[in-house]
Parts: sequence; structure tokens; C-alpha cells
Amino acid sequence: MTELPLIGEAIAVAAEPRLAGARIGVVTFPGTLDDRDAARAVRLAGGTAVPLWHADTTLGDVDAVVIPGGFSYGDYLRAGAIARFAPLMSKIIDAANSDAKLPVLGICNGFQILTESHLLPGSMIKNDHLKFMCRDQVLRVENSNTAWTLDYEAGQEITVPLKNQDGQYIADEKVLDALEAEGRVVFRYVGFNPNGSRRDIAGISNAAGNVVGLMPHPEHAVEVGFGPESLDGIGGSDTDGLGFFTSVLNKIVGGNK
Amino acid sequence: MPRIVVDVMPKPEILDPQGKAIVGALPRLGFTSFSSVRQGKRFELTVEGEVTDAILAQAREAAETLLSNPVIEDVVNVEVVEA
Repeated sequence: MTELPLIGEAIAVAAEPRLAGARIGVVTFPGTLDDRDAARAVRLAGGTAVPLWHADTTLGDVDAVVIPGGFSYGDYLRAGAIARFAPLMSKIIDAANSDAKLPVLGICNGFQILTESHLLPGSMIKNDHLKFMCRDQVLRVENSNTAWTLDYEAGQEITVPLKNQDGQYIADEKVLDALEAEGRVVFRYVGFNPNGSRRDIAGISNAAGNVVGLMPHPEHAVEVGFGPESLDGIGGSDTDGLGFFTSVLNKIVGGNK
Repeated sequence: MPRIVVDVMPKPEILDPQGKAIVGALPRLGFTSFSSVRQGKRFELTVEGEVTDAILAQAREAAETLLSNPVIEDVVNVEVVEA
């Protein structure tokens, strides 16, 4: 499928044809909002996006999975709590924990679902200021060895949109110390902590580095003219989120740096 | 019809932003005697017929797995209430 830019010549990057063979599943639950954006990000990065439905009982032949943002099942019980028990999630949990170590990325509500699934430790609670927040957020990439961050440099700062209500990451001190010691804090908020998350943590990974979750939205910063730069002129940040998707695609087809 | 009531509260060491917002609002309405508020959840599970030990055990398991998140919440009460 060809992506047509909505504004004249403002197309993102020239994707490498060799990546097209990599199939990234994008999960839709009732109440998911960002599945189209995530699928578009996969395509703009050069890969093939495969729609997955929460009631599916197989993962098909996908090479990785993105669990996008939104409000699965209305978030009525707790954010992500009901989605965790969807038939497709048990397949994702098994595949992520298997020897094959399926790469899984949870964004925002997807991150909440991954903590509820116990694929990632800790939990998400309401923002400390109790308000929904939407802003361009600077993040530092603390770990560039996960399946989803290989195309970044450790210490690199990126700007991507953030929008959430239950974005406060919490875990007990022992878990936080272990995450730090094992390099599993993958992203930290820079300059401003938008939700009161412990130790400014914006995203974490599992021990193997194939499962990554974060609150901010890299899939909303993948195309020139539509990213954070066009809002506040930070500069150079329009496509900062693209690296998530090129990272996993390069890893899948092999030959990553 | 009997119901099983499950009460879930945020763990004591977890900051409860909703409780904090409520305790901040109380004095504005003239209620000045309360120094802290914690907001929890009450679930009512209706049972068709008698509540057996097996059904109560199911309710406890549901409370620990789905109704609460053990990372941030405690199940503080599971009890049978006759309608």
C-alpha cells in the first residue's frame, strides 16, 4: 500500500525495500485509538503492518507486535486490566516469553496492558496532578540495546508527543533499583516529569529486551510536517519516533548495526 | 439473591491521587475533621442460588487476578451479603 503525503512534498524518509518482508502485527481492542497511526508508522518505516483483532486466537506469522494506545474496553476497571485477558493477549504473552522472544512494543495504553500482563513490572496510576496531559515531550534514550531502540544512540534525546491520564509509573523501590541496575529503564523524561512517574521513568523493558513499554507516542512522530516540530518549533523532532519501527524492522531482517 | 462483596483499596504505600484530591476538597465545603482520604472500589458479585465454598473461592481468585492489581491494590474484604 502506498502512503500519500497529506501535504505536498512532506514525506518522511525513503524506506528500504528490504524491510518490506518484515511483518509487524498491530493489535486492536475495543477502544483502541492509535492502531491506524501505529500501522502507518510501520509502513512509513518500510515494513508490512498486519492488523490483529483482540479476539483472534492466533498471531499468524507476524515477526513483532505493537500494542497501541487508546482506552481498551473503556479502561473501566483499571487501565489495561480487561485487555490483559483477551484471547490474543495470552498468545502475545506466550510468544514474548518463548525462546523466539517475539518483539512486543506497548505504547501508552499498550504499556498499561503490558504491566497488567506482568510482561513488564510495576503499574500505571493516575497522573499525580489528576489531569489529562497532552504535550511534546523530550525523552532520553537510556538503553539502545532493546529490540525497539537499536537505531538510537544511548543518551540520545528525542521529542515525541505524550498524551495520557494514567501515566504515572510506579513500582516498589526494590523493583526500581533492579530496573536501574539491569539497564531496563529504556526512556526517561527530560526537563519535565509530566505525570509524577518514579525516577522520571517514561519506558522500561523486560530482561531480554524484546518487550518494551512507554507512555509517550513515537508513532505520532514519524512524518515530516506532522511531528512535534510543527507545533512548537523544537526542531528536528518530526520523525524522532521512526527509530522504534526501523529498529525492530532491521532486527527482523538481520544486518542491524 | 446473595451477593459476594469484594472491597479493593490502593496499597497504603501507594500515593492515591484521587484520595488526595478529595481530602483537598473537603475543607472547602466546611468538613475540616478529616486529615486523609483513600478511595477504593467495591464490587458486588451476584450469585444465582447458594454461595458454596467453591463459589466463594472463585470470587477470591477473581478478586486477586482481575478485580485488583496486586502491584498497587489490596483486596481488603470478601464477604457474602444476603439480599
